Amino acid sequence: MSGWTTHTGPAVALDRENVDTDQLIPARFMSTPRSEGYGPFLLHDMRHDSDGTPVSDFPLNMVPNASILISRRNFGSGSSREAAVYALVDFGIRVVIAPSFGDIFASNSVNNGLLPARVSEADVDAAIALLADGPQEVSVDLIDRKIRLGNTTLDVTLDDVWQQKLINGWDDIDLTQTHKQAIAAFRAQHVQGKPWAVPVQQTDFRRAGRDTVSQ
Amino acid sequence: MSGRRLLDKLWDAHEILRREDGTSLLWVDRHLVHEGSHHAFAKIAERDLPVAEPGLTFGVADHYAPTRGGPATDAIARMIDTLSENTAKHGITCFGLDDPRQGIVHVIGPEQGLTLPGLLINCGDSHTSTHGAFGALAFGIGATEVAHVLATQTVWQKKPKAMRIDVTGRLGPGVGAKDLALAWIAKLGADGARGHAIEYTGAAVRAMSMEGRMTLCNLSIEGGARFGMIAPDETTFDYVRGRPFAPTGAEWDRAVELWSLLPSDSDAEFETTVSLDASEIAPIVTWGTSPEDALPVTATIPDPSLLQGSAADRARNALDYMGLTAGRALTEIAVDQVFIGSCTNARIEDLRAAAAVLAGRRAKVPGIVSPGSQLVKAQAEAEGLDRIFTDAGLDWVGSGCSMCVAMNGDHVEPGKRCASTTNRNFRGRQGRGARTHLMSPAMVAAAAVTGHLTDVRDLLRGREVA
Repeated sequence: MSGWTTHTGPAVALDRENVDTDQLIPARFMSTPRSEGYGPFLLHDMRHDSDGTPVSDFPLNMVPNASILISRRNFGSGSSREAAVYALVDFGIRVVIAPSFGDIFASNSVNNGLLPARVSEADVDAAIALLADGPQEVSVDLIDRKIRLGNTTLDVTLDDVWQQKLINGWDDIDLTQTHKQAIAAFRAQHVQGKPWAVPVQQTDFRRAGRDTVSQ
Repeated sequence: MSGRRLLDKLWDAHEILRREDGTSLLWVDRHLVHEGSHHAFAKIAERDLPVAEPGLTFGVADHYAPTRGGPATDAIARMIDTLSENTAKHGITCFGLDDPRQGIVHVIGPEQGLTLPGLLINCGDSHTSTHGAFGALAFGIGATEVAHVLATQTVWQKKPKAMRIDVTGRLGPGVGAKDLALAWIAKLGADGARGHAIEYTGAAVRAMSMEGRMTLCNLSIEGGARFGMIAPDETTFDYVRGRPFAPTGAEWDRAVELWSLLPSDSDAEFETTVSLDASEIAPIVTWGTSPEDALPVTATIPDPSLLQGSAADRARNALDYMGLTAGRALTEIAVDQVFIGSCTNARIEDLRAAAAVLAGRRAKVPGIVSPGSQLVKAQAEAEGLDRIFTDAGLDWVGSGCSMCVAMNGDHVEPGKRCASTTNRNFRGRQGRGARTHLMSPAMVAAAAVTGHLTDVRDLLRGREVA
């Protein structure tokens, strides 16, 4: 995953609360390998009629090159399916702006370079009103945590850790490997102090006592 | 300094290190994987990484598990085969379709004694909060995090804030954990507990069986909380004792000693405390497309014209999708079918509660009953519950996530209305265009008997309540 600091692109509004991950990607598409691309599945049942015809006035169909999505509270709630983030990313979305996000969705987003940008309810109201006249170019700056659309600047609430992760494109597994000694020491002490924490039938585990992460 | 909370004790016991930015690296005691974990296995395969702790990792086929006959499509069969291949390749114990221990991941973990107080449990599924019912730190993670746990047996996590939901009093007859959960979610909203770990306390929670506690913790995520938990007590220990993977002998005794220290200290403080009186809670049903759209069954369908701003828009959209008219009694809503199942409500006690209503009665609409595991199925059959369901005209099928998530082919047809014991009434959750009303197993049974949403208490008069 590569890091980024600024992004400018067309924004569209999805003026709804509680856009859950089942809507972001309906379950029936989730057996598809990621390599095939998840973009076509994004909000599939909102973007298409029951016979598969695209809904012409649906925001994302009107602005298929949109890279910024503005929506309302509790965006990405529900199922932990990371496929919801894959659908957004593969469609070309880099930033979702909303007053609040589902906790699991937000961490999945950051793990895939997608910014879950929290802004105030009032700012979302203003942004949606501004976009009512059509799509607009919006600029996002990760370093100063600001979003600029038209003459307005919105403050983004973003955890420091997530900010750094998005900027640097950090991979957690690489990061964790640098702590392998601490993990091995913890494991030894944990297993010794709490033998009951190891499932009783897993006798191989006890015998092996392998050094986690080192192999 | 104030006392420590259950959350603090569990967190500290698993914290390997904490970065300056406040993020903790936590040790994972149990990692549960299912068919949907294929993205994570692909990620570690790309990097040629082994699974760090196959002995602490367990697989189960549930999301795509067929409930009648074989897999419905090749794509579904491939999902189940891929899980078998990945777990075999890495030496992970897997409860596949042919294993008598197979079932829904959040049912079999506790059933097998894999879920214990004091553990940290991860699974790539948002309802992992279920396991918190045992006094465990259990939370759902995404595919990137699943890959991380597979590769390192650890997870990075910032400690959430702590919310206490204190439930005084007693739940009335015909009212259970599902009603209690929907009641607090309706009160606080579907994001009311976002960023928090919930600890459920109070006399009504203490009086609950483990099955009820699991239902309560399971639904934490529907109110926005990634974690739900209940301090362990004798009820917990009695449930866990003697389970296949649970400790025995001296290790058991030592474990119980330590588990008994887990409850929050009496002077512990919570960032938020919410109080509910159990005796005021009626059977609850949902009317809209979010679990927060929940009301006592005695109420009427909300009128958007009496609401403000975006809440009014959302209610209007929800009623439009659900095909409902504002102001009508909820009990006038006719259903096309029923579903009893899912990680929320398919344990033995749930099936007993539904059977208590259905015994000697016929269902007016079709429906399926999918037990939470093959062992729950066997237990129910030993008790004769299967006969009650089939005599009532419902289908008694195999175990899996089934019609809750509509991945295995079981689904509700467009425009059809289903009274369901599941956890999400989202648009399209049970199938494209499906209309879902969430409620308890007893309430679903009541809807089956009358063909419309019904106050189960009316059908329980003169009957012994399970």
